[in-house]
Amino acid sequence: MTVLDDSTAPGLVGPPHSHGPRRDPAPLLPDPEPVRILGTPAAKTFDAGLQRDLYRRLVLGRRFNQQATTLTRQGRLAVYPASTGQEACQITAAMVLRGVDWLFPSYRDTLAVVARGVRPLDALTLMRGHAHSGYDPYEHRIAPLSTPLATQAPHAVGLAHAARLRAAMDPASAEDLVALALVGDGGTSEGDFHEALNFAGVLGAPVVFLVQNNGYAISVPLASQSAAPSLAHKAVGYGIAGRLVDGNDALAMHSVLSAAVEYARSGRGPVLVEAVTYRLDAHTNADDATRYRSAAEVDAWRARDPLTLLERHLRAAGLLDDAGVAAAAQAAEDLADEIRAQFDDPPDPDPDSLFAHVYAQPTSQLREQAAELAARLDADADAAFPADTAFPADTAFPADADEDEAR
Amino acid sequence: MSTTMVAALNAALRDSLREDAGVHVLGEDVGTLGGVFRVTDGLAAEFGAQRCLDTPLAEAGILGTAIGMAMYGLRPVVEMQFDAFAYPAFEQVVSHVAKMRNRTGGRMGLPITIRVPYGGGVGGVEHHSDSSEAYYAHTPGLHVVTPATVADSYGLLRSAIASDDPVVFLEPKRLYWSAADFSPAEVATARVPPIGRAMVRRPGTSATLLTYGPSLPICLEAAAAARSEGWDLAVVDLRSLVPFDDETVCAAVRATGRAVVVHEAAGFAGVGAEIAARVTERCFHHLAAPVLRVTGYDIPYPPPMLEKHHLPSVDRILDAVARLQWEQ
Repeated sequence: MTVLDDSTAPGLVGPPHSHGPRRDPAPLLPDPEPVRILGTPAAKTFDAGLQRDLYRRLVLGRRFNQQATTLTRQGRLAVYPASTGQEACQITAAMVLRGVDWLFPSYRDTLAVVARGVRPLDALTLMRGHAHSGYDPYEHRIAPLSTPLATQAPHAVGLAHAARLRAAMDPASAEDLVALALVGDGGTSEGDFHEALNFAGVLGAPVVFLVQNNGYAISVPLASQSAAPSLAHKAVGYGIAGRLVDGNDALAMHSVLSAAVEYARSGRGPVLVEAVTYRLDAHTNADDATRYRSAAEVDAWRARDPLTLLERHLRAAGLLDDAGVAAAAQAAEDLADEIRAQFDDPPDPDPDSLFAHVYAQPTSQLREQAAELAARLDADADAAFPADTAFPADTAFPADADEDEAR
Repeated sequence: MSTTMVAALNAALRDSLREDAGVHVLGEDVGTLGGVFRVTDGLAAEFGAQRCLDTPLAEAGILGTAIGMAMYGLRPVVEMQFDAFAYPAFEQVVSHVAKMRNRTGGRMGLPITIRVPYGGGVGGVEHHSDSSEAYYAHTPGLHVVTPATVADSYGLLRSAIASDDPVVFLEPKRLYWSAADFSPAEVATARVPPIGRAMVRRPGTSATLLTYGPSLPICLEAAAAARSEGWDLAVVDLRSLVPFDDETVCAAVRATGRAVVVHEAAGFAGVGAEIAARVTERCFHHLAAPVLRVTGYDIPYPPPMLEKHHLPSVDRILDAVARLQWEQ
């Protein structure tokens, strides 16, 4: 009897014809439990200087969240989606990147943007409301904060892919960069998240997707969001590596995330990291979290506050004392002072900026509309300050109006 | 040399790929197959699979990836396989492609060309014949261009790819196989038509037909037929819906005092409504009659056996011209 080779008669004999390479899923699977370092023997060998640095940065990060939230209460920010409780994720996301790398943040990732070196005022421009984005994406290699969920994830894939293409075209100017996309648990339900992972897998792009699973998409808990064994398991379906980590364990976050970034940089493909964390504050200052989660639940997570966990460990390990805590607290107050000072001057956005940068060159229609607005503003100014009045040119008219009302 | 629109588009892509190493074509079936309409035929063979990339079947992913590539300084040319298959990418178009320059205070422009085969008249079953121009034209930050001739397909696509702004490039698929004497070599880069300029295709004195893309040949046919009715119709090919060439359009309307806008897309809140409003606002005292519209009906695109009733026809155009209040 002749045995037919599968390659000569596909589908007739032997295993069903395969349409593509099959991969062993085992190396791609995340650990069943989130990776932890605090409280394990691995903590003892973790670089002491890095631990102290992480602590200091987390303290500053917490103060940043508090100060930004205060600014919303003062009406100086229109809105602020705090990352309180997620500082270990935010800080390490910025720390593990090199200067050549790119960060693709979502709207809850202002802290990561600041941690990468953007001035707080510029990072908070979107939330302040005088412009859509306050920093130069090319100067910092940070895309603008993305509000439509997960839509920035495919951008990270495309940029990382482009860097590879450029490197192949012109090896002399090759940049060995990694793109890090920040997504939340809710964002993993979006089609763009799925498409980004799929494209990243197919293209083998050097991208790391960090999912900060803080348990809620505004009010909807993870159980209503996904039936996956874990969000990290989603990676396997796209042929990319999944990693599950305790997002409140700063040492584990730094370790897992830097390993993921260097894995991607080495050309082995993209990585999806799920960091299990918790949003201690409400969705934004406009949200009431008591409507969808219990005080007991929040208290349980407060006990697992990333700052508390790290401080307790550092003190026990003899790496931090009261003086160290006080020094970090002082640095945090200095940061808060600096932020407040940056917000001292009320913003005065130029109405003419409305028409700038819609296109590289304004269309004739936009030139007409800009002229119409300018003429209207001139007319308003003339009406407010007739030529024969003696008001100094810089007198603020709205303030006068307020005083009139107050009387 | 007789050249089809498909061949002219292909030549434009080839020449752009050849001249600029940053140009990258990506989309579904654009590589090995050469695209379902063969617009990208031979490009992967000539420039390699990376310059003409077969992507996974996911339009938002294609466009999102192209955005990232453009952020890094490449010049992606994306193919959406059909008008109605481009909708999954719409969020990327509206929220990022159109807004990125503005969001970043001019620091980050996205020079992306989004090619979309559009329109009906080809006997396509549902979801293959949409006229989606109004969705794009209503989105500030995009240029929206549609060629109607073989030469313009080449020239305008070259201009779109060279543009530092994103361009939605709508290709009238019923004209894909139209042919004209044309050699890409004759079009020096300097003579490539600028985006934003309309073109008078036929001068006339009685009334002005304003049209674009797939409806230009019908309008020219109507103008020829109108001669026997005693009307000398001018025909303007808009070529660019955004930016809109008010100057050429208004001059052509003022010259005749009567205008009919013709397009395939549904009339309600369509591009024709904007054109009629603009012309009325700018040319009111030159008009002898209201600006009329001949458009697709306000219905989902019909099944192929009924599409002839839906599409603008010579008869419907001449009927509209007849209603332009000729009695003194």
